[in-house]
Amino acid sequence: MNIEAVRAIYMFEMARARRTVTQTIVSPVISTSLYFVVFGAAIGSRIQSVGGIGYGSFIVPGLVMLSLLAQSISNASFGIYFPRFTGTIYEVLSAPVSPLEIVLGYAGAAASKSIILGIIILATAGIFVPLHVEHPVWMLAFLVLTAATFSLFGFIIGIWADGFEKLQIVPLLIVTPLTFLGGSFYSINMLPPPWRTVALFNPVVYLISGFRWSFYGMADVNVAVSLGMTAVFLALALLIVAWIFRTGYRLKA
Amino acid sequence: MGRDQVAVRGFGAPAILTGMDDIIAISGVSKTYASGFVALEGVDLTIRRGEIFALLGPNGAGKTTLISIVCGIVRATSGRVTVDGHDIVRDWRAARSLIGLVPQELTTDAFESVWNTVSFTRGLFGLRAKPAHIESVLRALSLWDKKDSRVMTLSGGMKRRLLIAKALAHEPRILFLDEPTAGVDVDLRHDMWQLVSRLRQEGVTVILTTHYIEEAEEMADRVGVINKGELVLVRNKADLLHELGSKRLSLRLRSPLARVPEALAGWRLELSSDGSELTCLYDAKDVRDGVGGFLERVREAGIEFTDLSTTESSLEDIFVSLVRGRN
Ligand SMILES: Nc1ncnc2c1ncn2[C@@H]1O[C@H](COP(=O)(O)OP(=O)(O)O)[C@@H](O)[C@H]1O
Ligand SMILES: [Mg+2]
Repeated sequence: MNIEAVRAIYMFEMARARRTVTQTIVSPVISTSLYFVVFGAAIGSRIQSVGGIGYGSFIVPGLVMLSLLAQSISNASFGIYFPRFTGTIYEVLSAPVSPLEIVLGYAGAAASKSIILGIIILATAGIFVPLHVEHPVWMLAFLVLTAATFSLFGFIIGIWADGFEKLQIVPLLIVTPLTFLGGSFYSINMLPPPWRTVALFNPVVYLISGFRWSFYGMADVNVAVSLGMTAVFLALALLIVAWIFRTGYRLKA
Repeated sequence: MGRDQVAVRGFGAPAILTGMDDIIAISGVSKTYASGFVALEGVDLTIRRGEIFALLGPNGAGKTTLISIVCGIVRATSGRVTVDGHDIVRDWRAARSLIGLVPQELTTDAFESVWNTVSFTRGLFGLRAKPAHIESVLRALSLWDKKDSRVMTLSGGMKRRLLIAKALAHEPRILFLDEPTAGVDVDLRHDMWQLVSRLRQEGVTVILTTHYIEEAEEMADRVGVINKGELVLVRNKADLLHELGSKRLSLRLRSPLARVPEALAGWRLELSSDGSELTCLYDAKDVRDGVGGFLERVREAGIEFTDLSTTESSLEDIFVSLVRGRN
């Protein structure tokens, strides 16, 4: 295992985040605060509570997930796309670094960044509403698993993309809608029955539900199912990454 | 290699012989890109430990493709490559650890500092930080005072040197320089040549590609010529110049001639426009009708001359004639 290489890639990516701190930290914090103002104040004045939880507190796990998914994907996809775009990827490909080490470096850094961001958002949320974490270990587990999984998906997008538009199209057209429809701002139990069934096809529902359970002990779907689905997504992402490296897809001619 | 063994017709690539002194062995390497384009066809080549090898060929000949295969960036369609005995596919980690690569394109980071980007490469090769080494590399490449500058603030020439510094960050035993002096000013080109000879003294094997013949002529121990994906010849540079070069013998005539005399028909001759200089082109390796015979014939024809000079053709001439001959 080339630990030094993993460290080099990881530190390099983290340094990039430090340089672009406004983009990676400040703007998500501002947008989260805006969600609180808009959703918390506007909708919260109509919906008093969901399942006994104040509406403001109820939306916190969903908001964290929203940023976690978006930032994991954008960090990881940009992290690997940029060296492909500039051509500097040659040095990673010609170095004694295995695919696993490359992924650990790039996706690991992206996941770390979004986890840090998730924690910052939680802290920000704590300013607005009372927070309570019933299962802190599971909370952390969902945070880490989700960040890792979606950093891997981001990595895949960054390899697949052959232009900056494609880099943004998946998060914009797929991930953001799924997150908004996935129960960030409501419980899917509040939906009419046919729509509830449709919602269960949305993978993000399971992530948000499980994550919210770790806070308030209440969930839209059984927490074991949430955990199982998260594991399935992780496995799927790993399989695609393995395929990419085995075939050299978009990396090696 | 004996003079008489060499003939322009016999440009088959040499059979692959791996010995202690060979550091890279390439055998039967072909590359067909996904587009169907055949970039390399059955390349056999061995690089000797510690030598400077120049791979010479026109644009699109397949030089970068060949280097990229050895370095693990491009997958060969067929064939085998070993680096110091390590197969580049099965034993890729060991093989790649020995190699530093300076790519043809100026592909650099933008926002990182010079120091960080060079240290990054060392890390990729699994080595712990060694500031003293990085410092000496940066000093050798006149980049020391730029160590804290962002890469994007460097000039083109500095970026080129930065890429070399990165390639040397992990103290490689083999250095690939893909067109190191393309688009580089004369000063830098000479610095580069000096650097290469210093590396050679340290025992580093250097493989460079170029289409500047003078570069190969200046630096290389051996020269390989590649054209349209085929390695058309590999020779010691000195032998190549000696064996394949046409020589020119120029005679300054006592009295100008109106035309080339009948008696000298059969020789490749040129008469200067004022008729005062007669130049004979001859093959240095052609022993039968060597230059001696020509001078005898000149004397028999009663042509007097006041001075004579010979010039050897450069690699450039050889190269042009080779590539033209194959097209
Ligand atoms: N990824 C690729 N896909 C298709 N053709 C390629 C690719 N890379 C290089 N080629 C083609 O292969 C040939 C050899 O290219 P290259 O090895 O870069 O030549 P050189 O370095 O000698 O100029 C060129 O005709 C080039 O267009
Ligand atoms: Mg090239």
